[in-house]
Amino acid sequence: MAGSVAPRSALSGVLPLLAKRIGSALITLLLVSVVVFTISGLLPGDAAQETLGQSATAEQVAALRHEMGLDRPALTRYATWLGGMLQGDPGQSLVANMPVRDVIAERLPNSLMLAAFTALVSVPLALAIGIVSAINRGGRLDRTLNVLTLSAVAVPEFLVATLGVLVFSVKLLWLPSIALVSEEASLWDTMRSCALPVLSLAVVVVAQMARMTRAAVADQLDRPYVEMARLKGVPFRRVVMAHVMPNAVGPIVNAVALSLSYLLGGAIIVETIFNFPGLASLMVNAVTSRDMPLLQACAMIFCGIYLALVLVADVVAILANPRLRAQ
Amino acid sequence: MSRFIAFAKGLPLSGRIGLGLVLFWLAAALLGPLFAPHPVGAFVDYDVFSGFSARFLLGSDYLGRDVLSRLLWGARYTVFLGVGAALLACAIGTSLALTAAVRGGWVDEVLSRAMDTLISIPSKIFALVMVAAFGSSLGLLLTITAITYVPGNFRIARALAVNVVSLDFVTVARARGEGGLHIALREVLPNMIHPLLADFGLRFVFIVLLLSGLSFLGLGVQPPHADLGSLVRENISGLTDGAPAIIVPALAIATLTVGANLLIDALKPAEKQG
Repeated sequence: MAGSVAPRSALSGVLPLLAKRIGSALITLLLVSVVVFTISGLLPGDAAQETLGQSATAEQVAALRHEMGLDRPALTRYATWLGGMLQGDPGQSLVANMPVRDVIAERLPNSLMLAAFTALVSVPLALAIGIVSAINRGGRLDRTLNVLTLSAVAVPEFLVATLGVLVFSVKLLWLPSIALVSEEASLWDTMRSCALPVLSLAVVVVAQMARMTRAAVADQLDRPYVEMARLKGVPFRRVVMAHVMPNAVGPIVNAVALSLSYLLGGAIIVETIFNFPGLASLMVNAVTSRDMPLLQACAMIFCGIYLALVLVADVVAILANPRLRAQ
Repeated sequence: MSRFIAFAKGLPLSGRIGLGLVLFWLAAALLGPLFAPHPVGAFVDYDVFSGFSARFLLGSDYLGRDVLSRLLWGARYTVFLGVGAALLACAIGTSLALTAAVRGGWVDEVLSRAMDTLISIPSKIFALVMVAAFGSSLGLLLTITAITYVPGNFRIARALAVNVVSLDFVTVARARGEGGLHIALREVLPNMIHPLLADFGLRFVFIVLLLSGLSFLGLGVQPPHADLGSLVRENISGLTDGAPAIIVPALAIATLTVGANLLIDALKPAEKQG
């Protein structure tokens, strides 16, 4: 390996590693699709029988089974299903009676907007909390923040949401309790109706992100170079800003990417409470109505986003590691 | 008893609060229904969503039932399903982890790869897909929430077990000719029990939150049974009145999970506070 690559640029050592991570994430996504399809497509009873009900004759059931392709072997069905997913055509939504692609295309932008608003609010707040408590390690402020964030990660989203509605919509009448999102709504109206969903989502995400940020910065503060700088007489403020932060950026971005994956779970509850027309509430409807094609597509999108976030966290960790860059 | 008091005194304030909350909810789940002032399904109040009063301490719900009685019964479902599912998740996860660590080789490879796949599915999504496929009777809910958190426990337990397996006394046991089961249960397991207990507590918190979330969505515990999450769901129309019927069960879940979290954190070795 040594000397085989002429330009010893920063990237040459990292590229194969990155390629490996991306490949591994794709394989995981493929395996996830096997799990999702097995649970939702193969294991539950006969969709044809269920659609037609108890009174259907055996011929009717057999005909529908053939029409739905349920009489083909499992592997063929999986291959067809996966092919459809890859081409962006996961089939027909049984309940909405329109292509799954169209149903999702209508909802996905709303969810992305909600996620973007939440990230916009939570990232700066979480970074501030995390860095402040790392700097004051062991102090009263740190201990208070520790108990607060520790509690916040264990609070169910619907408690924050219901308390938020109670205070801001019922008592103070500041904000609407139902999120109305439409093309015509002005930006201000959209922001107002997103305020409570964003608040409910942000509580858990901020707490999680702040804890991971604190750990990342605290880890840097323990390094010998910090002690060295302090012994040299560099003011603590400068040690933090000029020495610690550049080194902590990698771990912090890693923490941010991982914490954002908590949005996925939270969105399911929050979108449902506020009747927010997003992807997560769509998935809950798909479960209630047992609309399997829609459910599978939603599940795969969520798993894809999750894996992408983990991958970003991974890649940032690699890029931020000076030992790997220096190779 | 005196050992318990000494243990409680050794905890920081947040840990003592956590311990108190956890003990309170355990007691409520075990004994609560004995103290329930009214039968759980009885319509006792002509008024719906009434507030706190001497007759109905926590008010009445959307059908005029006593909230306190329903809360005490609901706590039983939440706590018992949570403990049961957490035990099941840890039993399955740790058994697989011990198998992987003691056997090594392709067994470890296959199990680890499978668990890595499952852990890449966000837990709520995983649970929703399983609920859609299988339904949500009480037994199924227990199994589904347990399976959802098996991979997390496996990952922790395997990391612990692999460390122990590489130690000398395991090599000695192998040389003695002990079987795999003996090594796993007698040599490895006792040496990883403390971190495993902490992980059990975390699984319990996750499972209670997941279960309440599912029930809140109407996909968890089904009527006539009701856990704390179902109580929040069925009284959601009382939100505009600020009725205790919706706030109290939601607070109950939060005090249970926050309490457990504070307790687990206080039990952790103090090194990370450095």
